[in-house]
Amino acid sequence: MNTIALIPLFPLLSATLLIMSAGRMPRHIAATIGAGSVGLSAICVALLARDFLADGQVLELTLWTWMSVGDFAPRIAFYIDGLSIVMMSVITGVGFLIHLYSIEFMWEDESICRYFTYMNLFVAAMLLLVMADNLLLLYLGWEGVGVCSYLLVGFWYKDSANGAAARKAFIVTRIGDTAMALGLFLLLTELGTLDIQPMMIAANSQWQTGDALPVLATALLLGGAVGKSAQLPLHTWLPDAMAGPTPVSALIHAATMVTAGVYLIARTYGLFLLAPPTMEAVAWIGLATLLIAGFTALAQNDIKRILAYSTISQIGYMFLALGVGAFASGIFHLMTHAFFKALLFLAAGAVIHCLHHEHNIFRMGGLRTRLPIVFLSFFIGSAALAALPFTSGFYSKDAILLSAWALEDIGPWLWAGGLLGALLTSIYSFRLVFIVFFGEAKTEPDRQPGWKMAGPLLLLCLLSLVGGWFALPLAGVFPAAAEHTVNHAVEWISIGTPLLGLLLAYLMFLGGQLSVDKMVASSGARALRDFWFSGWRIDQLYDVLWVTPYKKISYWMRNEPVDAIYNGIVAANQWAHHRLLVLQNGELRWYATTMVVGLILLLAVMLRNAP
Amino acid sequence: MDGLMVPMEHVLVIAGLLFICGLFGLMLRRNIIFMLMSLEVMLNSAALAFIAAGAHWGQADGQIIFMLILTVAAAEVAVGLGLVLQIQRRFKTLDMDQAHRLRG
Repeated sequence: MNTIALIPLFPLLSATLLIMSAGRMPRHIAATIGAGSVGLSAICVALLARDFLADGQVLELTLWTWMSVGDFAPRIAFYIDGLSIVMMSVITGVGFLIHLYSIEFMWEDESICRYFTYMNLFVAAMLLLVMADNLLLLYLGWEGVGVCSYLLVGFWYKDSANGAAARKAFIVTRIGDTAMALGLFLLLTELGTLDIQPMMIAANSQWQTGDALPVLATALLLGGAVGKSAQLPLHTWLPDAMAGPTPVSALIHAATMVTAGVYLIARTYGLFLLAPPTMEAVAWIGLATLLIAGFTALAQNDIKRILAYSTISQIGYMFLALGVGAFASGIFHLMTHAFFKALLFLAAGAVIHCLHHEHNIFRMGGLRTRLPIVFLSFFIGSAALAALPFTSGFYSKDAILLSAWALEDIGPWLWAGGLLGALLTSIYSFRLVFIVFFGEAKTEPDRQPGWKMAGPLLLLCLLSLVGGWFALPLAGVFPAAAEHTVNHAVEWISIGTPLLGLLLAYLMFLGGQLSVDKMVASSGARALRDFWFSGWRIDQLYDVLWVTPYKKISYWMRNEPVDAIYNGIVAANQWAHHRLLVLQNGELRWYATTMVVGLILLLAVMLRNAP
Repeated sequence: MDGLMVPMEHVLVIAGLLFICGLFGLMLRRNIIFMLMSLEVMLNSAALAFIAAGAHWGQADGQIIFMLILTVAAAEVAVGLGLVLQIQRRFKTLDMDQAHRLRG
């Protein structure tokens, strides 16, 4: 048995074990199995990565043929190159830390066994997604993580609002997934295969750059990516998905699943390079998303919603990178984002855990001295998120902005938008830090995080700081980026913007030189703040556009208007039946008489027709 | 065969009258025994018509059919009387208007 196959097998086996125990497994055993299996996978990935870094050999492993229908025979096969290795390391590494953290976070929950079942199933599906050799297997993992996301968002299902959030997450991503499925059908009929590498070669030989077909196919794939990665216009599910437990948000809705769309585009980059209009659309979607989400994050007051919007915004950066052709930078940002955003979510979870499930940042405050480890983690995470110099986020975001600048035509516009986004990121990150950890205490923590929480936090702190120095083994995966001369002024502006944001946040939320209350004193400013708070009213817009009409149609269809015809036929038959039933009364003489009358009538007719 | 010849028309009229008697008996009588007897009358009227027709055309077929009808009538009476016994036991009456269970 190859180690590659073991990697997704461990969490899958563990999930099976936990399912079969039907929730009756003692919690320490469930926790050990749940976190241990992911740890074993992480060890396997580390061994694999060591070999890969040593010889750079792309690994392929075919387990068996999935099905065979005519010429169509997808295999259960893995394709491990640098990109897969990076994703697998993030999934199992960060995933293991989050599982470890979950043990303490979920210890008092009665369904901890169910929790680890879903989490392990998720890790297995996510690994399948990034290891898949063909798009069909990728799609299996893609849907698998969708289901697990649904299950985990609705984990505390006894509150119906959580169930609604779970359904929203599932349905909105389903819209994108449908587009993606159509894209797969198109690729299969046009190129005859779904195996990613042969498919890209076939596409290069069959299609010219800018043809209609690659544009259509990549647009459909982009639909799937947009749904999964919570980009405009399908981003509305992610803030609501915060209804799940916080470690779930850290694993699924920050570090791994939501970046699957980025991975999909990077994986099929050969197709996207053939479709410049789609590439441009990717860049603009990324830019629009990062700005809208950035402004929205400024006005929120729920600690998890701020982080959710910041996730949407950071994935916007990744899309921007993909759109300008800087695939490696996009993946680099994906990895550093996984570190610092998981760190932020786990730190936020620790705050929530220690403050009796308090979510509102304005009821926190002064936690700097009361929860020092959490403060340290949150500060480092925010610094990396805001891309302060020498944190991991700095290197990845800087690379993206420089790549955007280097692009012809629209490049400077994208760069300027990205820069504004960076400023917003810095402001809302430090707004969070200053409000939650400085100032006067409003709620006293009733406990301190134990080692299972503090350990992962500190390790992720380390990764968030040094993650920018990793050289990703992506050289063989993507075409080499053209060397561009770096404009030093541009570089200095990129470095200075987050610091400016930090300064502004300090003046507004800690120093008090710029008063937010004065800023929103006018009605126009307050309306703008409410507009941002509601997420640009996009949810309301969708309500009016889709949800309400759909409900109306459903209400109308509830009476089944089409069936009325058939029901009418049935009713007419029943009516006639009851009328005719009178004739069948069991009276022998009545029968005899009717027979005679009938006979006479028959005879009369015959005689009349006789020649 | 030339002796006493009854014209066929007369026989047929008698047969017709007999048939109508039986028919009305069947429709009007309420007692199952009388209804069965009316049936017999109707069968016999038909048989009479066959005999007359057989005699008229000098064919043996009429008499053969008569034998057949006789047999059928015998069988019918056997079954019918069996049913009558059962009806008497179940409903304690032979009035067919009392013994209907299928109403409605």
